[in-house]
Amino acid sequence: MQGRRRGELAIQALLAAALVAALWWLLDVTAANMAERGIRSGFDFLTDPAGFAIGESLLPFDSTDSALWALAAGLANTLRVALPAILASTLLGTLIGLGRLSPNLLLRSLCAAYVETLRNVPLLLQLLAWYFVVTDLLPLASDALQPAPHVFLSKSGLAIPWLGGDSGVFDLPLRGEMNIAGGATLTPEFLALFLGLSLYTAAYVAETVRAGIQAVPRGQSDAALALGLTRVQLFRLVLLPQALRSIIPPLTNQHLSLTKNASLAVAIGYPDLVSVANTTLNQTGRAAECIALIMAVYLILSLLTAWLSAWMERRSGRWAERA
Amino acid sequence: MKPFTRDWLRRNLFSDAFSSVTTLALLAAALWWLPGLIDWLLLQAVFRPDAAACEAANHAGACWGVVAEKYRVILFGRYPYEEQWRPLLATVLLLLAILAGGMRLLPRNALLAAWALALPGFLLLMGGGGFGLSPVGSDLWGGLPLTLLLATLGMLLALPLALLVALGRQSSLPLLRGLCTLYVELVRGVPLISVLFLASFLFPIILPQGTSIDVLLRVQGGIVLFAAAYLSETIRGGLQGVPAGQRDAAAALGLGRWQAMRWIILPQALRAVVPSMMNSAVSIFKDTSLVTVVSMYELTGALSLALAGDAEWRSYHLEGYLFIGLTYWIGCYAMSRFSRGLEQAASMSRAMP
Repeated sequence: MQGRRRGELAIQALLAAALVAALWWLLDVTAANMAERGIRSGFDFLTDPAGFAIGESLLPFDSTDSALWALAAGLANTLRVALPAILASTLLGTLIGLGRLSPNLLLRSLCAAYVETLRNVPLLLQLLAWYFVVTDLLPLASDALQPAPHVFLSKSGLAIPWLGGDSGVFDLPLRGEMNIAGGATLTPEFLALFLGLSLYTAAYVAETVRAGIQAVPRGQSDAALALGLTRVQLFRLVLLPQALRSIIPPLTNQHLSLTKNASLAVAIGYPDLVSVANTTLNQTGRAAECIALIMAVYLILSLLTAWLSAWMERRSGRWAERA
Repeated sequence: MKPFTRDWLRRNLFSDAFSSVTTLALLAAALWWLPGLIDWLLLQAVFRPDAAACEAANHAGACWGVVAEKYRVILFGRYPYEEQWRPLLATVLLLLAILAGGMRLLPRNALLAAWALALPGFLLLMGGGGFGLSPVGSDLWGGLPLTLLLATLGMLLALPLALLVALGRQSSLPLLRGLCTLYVELVRGVPLISVLFLASFLFPIILPQGTSIDVLLRVQGGIVLFAAAYLSETIRGGLQGVPAGQRDAAAALGLGRWQAMRWIILPQALRAVVPSMMNSAVSIFKDTSLVTVVSMYELTGALSLALAGDAEWRSYHLEGYLFIGLTYWIGCYAMSRFSRGLEQAASMSRAMP
């Protein structure tokens, strides 16, 4: 036993030495390469003015603000599209997942077709297609579609009523000669990304929900129906509490992938974290630093989500006990 | 139960009030939407590569002519026009090898030989530089063959790496275990785009001068590193699913640790996770579309290449997206059907001991 312990220690020491040597060699080569090509390193560029504009931003930003603030605006934009898309995909996905379990053949097939279509086409392609539909196939702002009162949909985006404005509580968008004035406008980039992410992720959420409910033993439904519960009661009191336990971990994974997939924004020009970091990279040439920043932010988001998921699992456990 | 009999209708379409309302609403929606859709897709569509006819149709019908006009660029990217029989042949070769593997058309040794011929054959046809084929730089490769190459090599090279990492995470050496865990969690925590940025911007800086690696290789490396992290989690799940008794029994029979792993544990673990590995393969296949972002013209990038610069055809992007979307869909759907077939076969063999 002692001999084995010593052997393991020796192997690990060798491994550590090899690792240190490899890292040292990499750093050495990198330093030499950077010196030769005149690439500077360090994070000092973060406090310099960014020198570029951001198409839309939740945080107030202009090109004289620091690069760090630009990245923060990018992160805020990532969350601005990811959080509503998480909500929308969860709602839609749950409905579709339940639809796949419906006794109605038409509804069941429709939901199955949705899942099989959306899951089997790359998200990037879907985003590009949505972006094209919004920016090319919709009418000009001067003859915008009006799906509801004071809601206008056109090449320039979706204008909706929003809080504030000069008169009253709501600021209502109005049709002008050439454009839509007032209200809040969701840009075509935001719309395409939000639609694409929500619809794509909903297919995965639907499968998660379906699998979770099917994992509840059939005897549970039979017993509940025998006790005289209605279908709604059966669902709320018996199936859902038990299914949630197996649904929540994969569901938070879906939410996390959605947030990571929001980085595809770079392909359609929505200024999310990755796209702002990419612009910063091209302006400053600090590739290693910018990529490290992207990765660090996403790792932190992943850790936060894992922590939140564990918390929700504990809570859903308690809820199931109470129910 | 026979379809369209009274009982069948009642059970499947009109089982209760809610179901009946749903059926009627869906039928009404179909009546409302389907004629227009069929009109656009087929009846009013223009199939000839005739820009004037497409413009006259004014989006009332699809302009499939855009595919007829541009299919060479969409399928093969910037590959020299006269030489495009080579990527076509290469694609067919690789597809045949994949089919032969999936449908078990060949015994194992013949299959290995077929793959050992298909991959170098693919690279030779694409790259040239021998057998009278003119050399074509990998920067000119594009379209479907590039997508297939990235996905196939991504999967094939990620598998052994994933296996090593999964075994590493079960090692008794804390340092090795920690390193493997770090790699897996790090890669799974970040988006693929950041890994591709790493491959395209950073690999050139961290490698010694003079060893310039071509961008295709770098991006392929990025995809392999990314896929291996996910695959290793799948394999680890399979390893953990093998009952402890199997290990004990192997030890009791006098098998060493590695022998037990090779002959007892791994075969069971890998067989159990084949369906989830197919899911990973579907993801990798779809994810190859992201290399567009680092300026490579695989299927998705080739479409933009074909249409974005051409004023005559650029307003028919949607038809182009639908066309390559269908291409991706066929590949993904075939893979997921295949995996479902394997699952059913596995559960049947479990049911009949």
